Amino acid sequence: MFAFKIILKNAFRHKTRTLLTIGSVVIALVAFGLLRTVVSAWYAGVAASSATRLVTRNSISLTFPLPLSYKDKIRQVKGVTDVSWGSWFGGIYINEKNFFANFAVEPRSYLKLYPEYIISPEQKSAFLSDRRGAVVGIKLAQRFGWKVGDLVTLKGTNYPVDLDFVIRAIYRGRDKSTDESQFFFHWDYLNESIKKAAPDRADEAGFFMESISGPLLAPSISSQIDAMFKNSLAETLTETEKSFQLSFISMTEALLMVIQLVSFVIIAIIMAVAANTMAMTVRERIGEYAILKTLGFGGPRIAGIILGESMVIVTAGCVLGIVLTYPAAHAFRAQLGAFFPVFNVSRRLFLFYAAASALVGLVAAVFPAWKAIKTPIAEGLRRLG
Amino acid sequence: MGPKEPIARILSLNKSYRRGSQQIRVLEEISFEIAEGEFLALMGPSGSGKTTLLNLIAGIDRADSGAILVGGVDITSLSENELAGWRALNVGFIFQFYNLIPVLTAIENVELPLLLTGLSKKERMEHARAVLDLVGLSERIAHYPGQLSGGQQQRVAIARAVVTDPVILVADEPTGDLDRVSAQEVLSLMENLNRQLGKTIIMVTHDPRAAAKAHAVRTLEKGVLT
Repeated sequence: MFAFKIILKNAFRHKTRTLLTIGSVVIALVAFGLLRTVVSAWYAGVAASSATRLVTRNSISLTFPLPLSYKDKIRQVKGVTDVSWGSWFGGIYINEKNFFANFAVEPRSYLKLYPEYIISPEQKSAFLSDRRGAVVGIKLAQRFGWKVGDLVTLKGTNYPVDLDFVIRAIYRGRDKSTDESQFFFHWDYLNESIKKAAPDRADEAGFFMESISGPLLAPSISSQIDAMFKNSLAETLTETEKSFQLSFISMTEALLMVIQLVSFVIIAIIMAVAANTMAMTVRERIGEYAILKTLGFGGPRIAGIILGESMVIVTAGCVLGIVLTYPAAHAFRAQLGAFFPVFNVSRRLFLFYAAASALVGLVAAVFPAWKAIKTPIAEGLRRLG
Repeated sequence: MGPKEPIARILSLNKSYRRGSQQIRVLEEISFEIAEGEFLALMGPSGSGKTTLLNLIAGIDRADSGAILVGGVDITSLSENELAGWRALNVGFIFQFYNLIPVLTAIENVELPLLLTGLSKKERMEHARAVLDLVGLSERIAHYPGQLSGGQQQRVAIARAVVTDPVILVADEPTGDLDRVSAQEVLSLMENLNRQLGKTIIMVTHDPRAAAKAHAVRTLEKGVLT
């Protein structure tokens, strides 16, 4: 208790320096937390993917369509329990700044395939019965202040059509990792509009989604589907939903690696800041440590006092960092929610904060403590005058 | 109370420092005894090795050769950790500049050496109060060093030095930073500790008035005891 009193009093002896160090730790931890959350957000689609869902797309690229007729052949493959299809519409709401994911899907099979989208039975029924109806995620609805019954127009970019929609349903995610910022509507509505504006692009799907009877069947079913369309004009590539999501991430893998690297560089920087503070502190107090040694305090006790001070400073920064991560993440989400629809601060992150803080506190204290212990008492006393 | 059996024996003590490529001999073949209950003053010009000798006897510096026996223990053969433990039990220190810990109150400074004993918090406080009372500072126990005069700070330092009831007290210029009145108070206090409690005191001083309080005066000249 007495030792803790000394540690606390020492820690706040130079208030400005200590507060600046705590501030550095807070800023670094919050920055670290946001970067790690960005990385997690990047993988949110992977986390939300199901092991019993496959995605079939054109083997050349996702931008190349597939004939709608493939759906009947795919449905015949043993182990496939349901098939849905869709097309990326890429529509713009008012202007390009209002980006969000929007696509056309076959509604009945799609909602069956994605039970994680929770919609009330009334709204679901209203959506299914209205060809111009659209379903939006709760976060997207909140972002634009949309309510059920509102009219929304999306300007086409992938297709030469502008589409008017009536919002018929607002879904919530079943899990924390479920994206609640999507906009989807009837594929038939898009197809009919295309038939008028660009008939050669009608009756094509951007991708097929299949549910399968068990995750272990995924490799064989994928191979069977792709084999059926081998040597056709539109060969397919079928993969699990997880692989499909990872293929998007692989395009930005270098960027993700940089973000991860920067997040760890931040920890190294706070180590340097805390170590500098502790080095200055010990240099100033080398005489006092000599007095303690004179009184009979051994090396481990002196090291304990220095380590304790380092830990107090870093722990204060860690606690404040945890407290401030939520509002920082909220502000981040408000600004960049369109790009990171699932931006949840994980509680596991705080365990990382604690571990990183303990490491920083320890590393920052090691060299100063060693110096305090190794400085001869007589030399330390001479520093006092 | 007069001098008794030797409490400390210093035998053929040598100490030198290296400054660059130069070896500087600070103490040469120092041998003498200090009797239990003695009040010894070490005098000599600056650089004569007084403080070095005091530090060696107190176990806060290492000799190149020779032996220092205090209470029958050759402290030159102890490891750093053993020496730290030995100092905690056997030596009380009084410095020229008091060397109190500025973030601790007077009573906390006095309590500090007792943390290394097995005493409970209550017992530590009782001991600390008792010695602060002994040095006439019972009204100042909650004051920080910065709130005390030089003389009061030195009295707190003396209280800290005696609180563990050590075998010897070592004092390095204890009046060097004090005005005449405060110096006289501190010397009287040390004299009382020696006479009434039988504390063995080794004091380094330049001040002849301080040396006059001692039973014996030894003088060092260029590292040699004369």
